[in-house]
Amino acid sequence: MTHKTIKVNYLARVEGEGALRVTVRDGVVRAAELRIFEPPRFFEALLRGRAFAEAPDITARICGICPVAYQMSAVHAMENALDVHVDGPLRALRRLLYCGEWIESHALHIYLLHAPDFLGYAGAIDMARDHPETVRRGLALKKVGNAVLSLLGGREVHPINVRVGGFYRTPTPQELAPLAENLRRAREAALETVRWTAGFDFPDCNRDYELVALRHPQEYPFNEGRIVSNRGLDISVAEYNRHFVEEHIAHSTALHSRLRERNRYLVGPLARYSLNHDRLSPLAREAAAEAGLGPSCTNPFQSIIVRSVEVLYACDEALRIIEHYQEPERAAVELRPCAGVGYSATEAPRGLLFHRYRLNGDGTIAEAQIVPPTAQNQPSIEEDLKTFIGDWLELPDAALRERCEQTVRNYDPCISCATHFLNLEIDRA
Amino acid sequence: MARRRRKPRLAVWKFASCDGCQLSLLDCEDELLAVADALEIAYFPEASRGEIRGTYDLSLVEGSITTAHDAARIQDVRRRSCRLVTIGACATAGGIQALRNFADVEAFISVVYANRAYIQTLATSTPIADHVGVDFELQGCPINKRQLLEVITAFLSGRRPTIPSHSVCIECKLKGNVCIMVAHGTPCLGPVTHAGCGALCPSYNRGCYGCYGPMETPNTRALSEWLQSLGMTPGDLLRVYRKFYANAAAFRTESKRHDP
Repeated sequence: MTHKTIKVNYLARVEGEGALRVTVRDGVVRAAELRIFEPPRFFEALLRGRAFAEAPDITARICGICPVAYQMSAVHAMENALDVHVDGPLRALRRLLYCGEWIESHALHIYLLHAPDFLGYAGAIDMARDHPETVRRGLALKKVGNAVLSLLGGREVHPINVRVGGFYRTPTPQELAPLAENLRRAREAALETVRWTAGFDFPDCNRDYELVALRHPQEYPFNEGRIVSNRGLDISVAEYNRHFVEEHIAHSTALHSRLRERNRYLVGPLARYSLNHDRLSPLAREAAAEAGLGPSCTNPFQSIIVRSVEVLYACDEALRIIEHYQEPERAAVELRPCAGVGYSATEAPRGLLFHRYRLNGDGTIAEAQIVPPTAQNQPSIEEDLKTFIGDWLELPDAALRERCEQTVRNYDPCISCATHFLNLEIDRA
Repeated sequence: MARRRRKPRLAVWKFASCDGCQLSLLDCEDELLAVADALEIAYFPEASRGEIRGTYDLSLVEGSITTAHDAARIQDVRRRSCRLVTIGACATAGGIQALRNFADVEAFISVVYANRAYIQTLATSTPIADHVGVDFELQGCPINKRQLLEVITAFLSGRRPTIPSHSVCIECKLKGNVCIMVAHGTPCLGPVTHAGCGALCPSYNRGCYGCYGPMETPNTRALSEWLQSLGMTPGDLLRVYRKFYANAAAFRTESKRHDP
């Protein structure tokens, strides 16, 4: 067989820059490397010396797609360091804000980035020519998520109303009422989305992942819980560094994360769903069952159905929060700067997002550690490619390239976050 | 029958950034399909794997220049673009990653990465206009999507965009906000900050933190004196100016006055 190379120099419909190189010898996939060439921006370094209160605004700028995730991990880690706990309506409003981000980010990925792969389009704009009503439904759903972010956060990208200790201004129940109207319509659209994505053609690609996500005693997880896995991991967030390690790999400006004991693992919608199926709202659980999902899902191509179920849950949960909301007396709890170490992990749309800060006595940041979901998933993405490509080698080059790209997009990888992503280069000798 | 003119070609480029400004275009949920109808989205990798090579009528550029490779790439983007508009704090001023310009980049690398040899970066993060000619700069971290639509519409119809260059203070007055600095003593960068956000922070009982960058001819020195009278320390003032627009001339100069 003659030497042959296939390249994808810039992976489309992901957030950030990356490439992929696959090496095939004698019909066997020897290596799959996800190359992240997003330029490093050094957030963990530039945070040193900043005031603790600046962390939510600064870390939001790591990712324009999921700024709320960064803000939530930052505020909870700081509150942990300062030994304060935010409860009641302020805690509920934070969950509501996260619902907005899940709806917006998942709708963006489901309709604009991922569905075109299943239906054979280059992008959603092309898809809209044949399926205008479907794309409009996706945009309308996304818009409701953004409406939650705008009302509660001030704006969709890099909200301004989040602070350590709570918010700058809390909404009145009357302000939230029109949002509830929109969310009821969005819940219907989310149900239709679950049914629509469940009808796609999925390759039979179940994988034996170690799934890692937060687990909370009562709730589907956003901001709180223990870090658990399907292989017995059950730790507090403060124990994260004892069990997980970040490694610097030559082909990536993203650090790879591994479990010290058992190597690669998976975070994100599949992990969250499989470990917290019993915490979904009855409506979301019924829709998942109707879509053919069991209590666990390990086919990365079906992540699009799981995201749809999570959008449905987020609409349901947002409505529940608004229904029970009473405006708090104060928008934030009082804080006193002190030396300390704080940890937090929250569930970004793409998976577990860990922050750790060490503070000086004056409340300035002495050390910052940020572990984004895509960096944790990178080894699993590479393993997926190594596992799946062997079966696809008979495909023509263009089709193989598209299938590889889709395999990466299954993860909704956020490369801007991970840097600290894609060319596809297939080397068949 | 007259020959149909081809639709204008739009390209969206990314350099060092968070993707938030180009997301603003996808966040125009009500207008996106109309925009896609009025022009040909010829290159937008965040949204489509389709790509039309060649030249573009309008290029939107997000992100700052932080690598030698990107410094060469922006030259190619400029050559292929009839009009080039930079969007956001990174592209117009260097972004939050320009904090390295005030530090030792080697120290920054050692904090984040274990192996120096794997990392290629420049010592500075610089705006696009430091490297190539730019036809218009739209400020904001992130940009305002309404203003982005105005910029696209203006360039497609061959006129200058109508983007106010006054301060956030004027936006507060237009909104009828009570001045939070005067009434409540809350430190606020509104008097020196470029309009565009709609005075968001003051509307949420928060002082402006300057994420739209400096307005035209800001009087930062007078504001600093006022902020000091409200109890800000030199360290606070340094951090206030040295954030998302740290590398913009007016904020850079003022921050140096408070750098011990």
